[in-house]
Amino acid sequence: MDLMEYQAKELFAKHGVTTTLGTVVTTAEEARAAAEEIGGVTVIKAQVKAGGRGKAGGVKIAKTADEAQQHAEAILALTIKDLPVNRVLVTPATPPVEEYYFSFLLDRSNRSYLCIASVEGGVEIEEVARTNPDAVKQIPVDAGQGVDDAKAAEIVDEAGFPAELRDQAITMVKALWTVFTEEDATLVEVNPLARLEGDKLEALDGKVSLDENAEFRHTDHAGFEIREETDALEAKAKDKGLNYVKLDGQVGIIGNGAGLVMSTLDVVAYAGEKHGGVKPANFLDIGGGANAQVMADGLDVILNDEQVRSVFVNVFGGITACDEVANGIKGALEILGDDATKPLVVRLDGNNVDKGRAILDELNHPLVTQVDTMDGAADKAAELANA
Amino acid sequence: MSIYLNQNSKIIVQGMTGGMGSKHTTLMVESGSNIVGGVNARKAGTSVELGGKDLPVFGSVEEAMKETGANVSVVFVPPAFTKDACIEAIDAGIELLVVITEGVPVQDSAEVFAYLEGKSTRMIGPNCPGIITPEESLAGITPHTIAGKGPIGLVSKSGTLTYQMMFELRDFGFTTAIGIGGDPVIGTTHIDALAAFEADPETEAIVMIGEIGGDAEERAADYIKANVTKPVVGYVAGFTAPEGKTMGHAGAIVSGSSGTAQAKKEALEAAGVKVGKTPSETAALMREILQSR
Repeated sequence: MDLMEYQAKELFAKHGVTTTLGTVVTTAEEARAAAEEIGGVTVIKAQVKAGGRGKAGGVKIAKTADEAQQHAEAILALTIKDLPVNRVLVTPATPPVEEYYFSFLLDRSNRSYLCIASVEGGVEIEEVARTNPDAVKQIPVDAGQGVDDAKAAEIVDEAGFPAELRDQAITMVKALWTVFTEEDATLVEVNPLARLEGDKLEALDGKVSLDENAEFRHTDHAGFEIREETDALEAKAKDKGLNYVKLDGQVGIIGNGAGLVMSTLDVVAYAGEKHGGVKPANFLDIGGGANAQVMADGLDVILNDEQVRSVFVNVFGGITACDEVANGIKGALEILGDDATKPLVVRLDGNNVDKGRAILDELNHPLVTQVDTMDGAADKAAELANA
Repeated sequence: MSIYLNQNSKIIVQGMTGGMGSKHTTLMVESGSNIVGGVNARKAGTSVELGGKDLPVFGSVEEAMKETGANVSVVFVPPAFTKDACIEAIDAGIELLVVITEGVPVQDSAEVFAYLEGKSTRMIGPNCPGIITPEESLAGITPHTIAGKGPIGLVSKSGTLTYQMMFELRDFGFTTAIGIGGDPVIGTTHIDALAAFEADPETEAIVMIGEIGGDAEERAADYIKANVTKPVVGYVAGFTAPEGKTMGHAGAIVSGSSGTAQAKKEALEAAGVKVGKTPSETAALMREILQSR
């Protein structure tokens, strides 16, 4: 789960990373009030989970409360990288003397962690990495040993922080490491990490990604989820414990196993090229136990997607036998009754396939078509979506 | 021959008495695997009958290994306890550790991976279907009925795509099929399995299944180019996956320009790997290779 800036800063503050929280608001009037409360020059920042907010006009400096209101109004009307801006953060304007970049992240390639730091340029870090890669230091962090005082000092010296900031930087690095490990993050990024007047080091912006697998030891992380920004169907699916991602297409997809479902999306997209360019409408993995209720829940979500014109149920019976899946489909159609209105193409293969197919043959439901192969079924589903 | 697992493998199950553990221990026993016991500190000294076999429960992996001579452990314990279970097995010196558990925090996996450094254990997973050497042994949840013994080595990030590919090529059969898991941090990689299949005299050709996210497939492509002489056929899932959305597997997320299915396909093809657009096309490519032997 990616956090917004203000949420990331809450975690920074919790673990002793120097930052200024500011005030999060959802209307221009509230932004004005917040700016008045803070006093002086403020910064109004769009809160969306996307980079490049500044370039998109989502970050503005306001000299007065009036200006804060005007800027907030304009920013709240923006859409940045397809994301509507629903909230802005109002913080005191603290112009940096220098900007640095700092992050800890999961390093998949080395199956460990990595620290990336640069004292040459904060927000333009990607440009720096391109034009002057030596200025961007990559320092491996051993997942077993982590970051102790010595490692923090090593990082700070390697990155080349100015001597007068060394102690502050070491403290900051250790605090950011605490955020990374204590919160089970996969990314903790500070950009810019700013040197302010009076040689004060502060995290002016923050980006944190949390590991959803670790939610069982962080009950508070659920509070970071912003419901109104979650797609309605995705929210519904999540409530039912389904692994669902909404896409932009016409063929609803249900399958078992993440890899097979991803593969199904691809096969449907290829088939769609021959049928008016129809595309997969979603990713939905019902996992191993495809019983009637799970199948009904899945179908319910997909049939509520107005874009969907046909549904492809693609199941390989591994541990789950195909007769159980067929009974699941049968039960789901009974549960849904008249709410089931779109054609279903079903492809079953694997364990007990003959029994499974026999159950659906016997059911003889007007909406259900069985096709033996994955490619053939994808073609049929695409054809029906284009009918 | 086979890789990592064979008829002599003696298998214990950590978490054997739990729901998933008992169900799949039963299936493993039924498949003919030599399951010799389980580990659960709270039920040490008891025994459980699964798949018609009376299986002793030991207090620790160390004890289980000492009493049974086990060299393989399959882990079904819940995510919150997986790290400790793995470290216990590694400390006991288990040869092969197959971690089936889904939903392990990635920092726990990274810690376990760091802990493996310099130890004798090979870890497969987490979040994987495990490994099967058909007609010899199964350590995991792959259905043993899909395909028998044959000349193909299979390595895959995905469980159900493993099953699908075994099914498509069931008339040829497999030396070993290994599901390495789709998490960002895993114990055994495509490259490890490719090296083992290359060294295995009975494996004549290799199917490699990847999916979006990370650069494991690109690295495997480099490895194949430099080290693998046997024919390799590849498949990559996730061409239509949008950027930035997690597709079920924690690792299956496309970030930026790297990690796309297209980039992986191109890297593999540049290494001389034939890449299928769909699972069935991939199977057809392998069929051609095996029929032209």
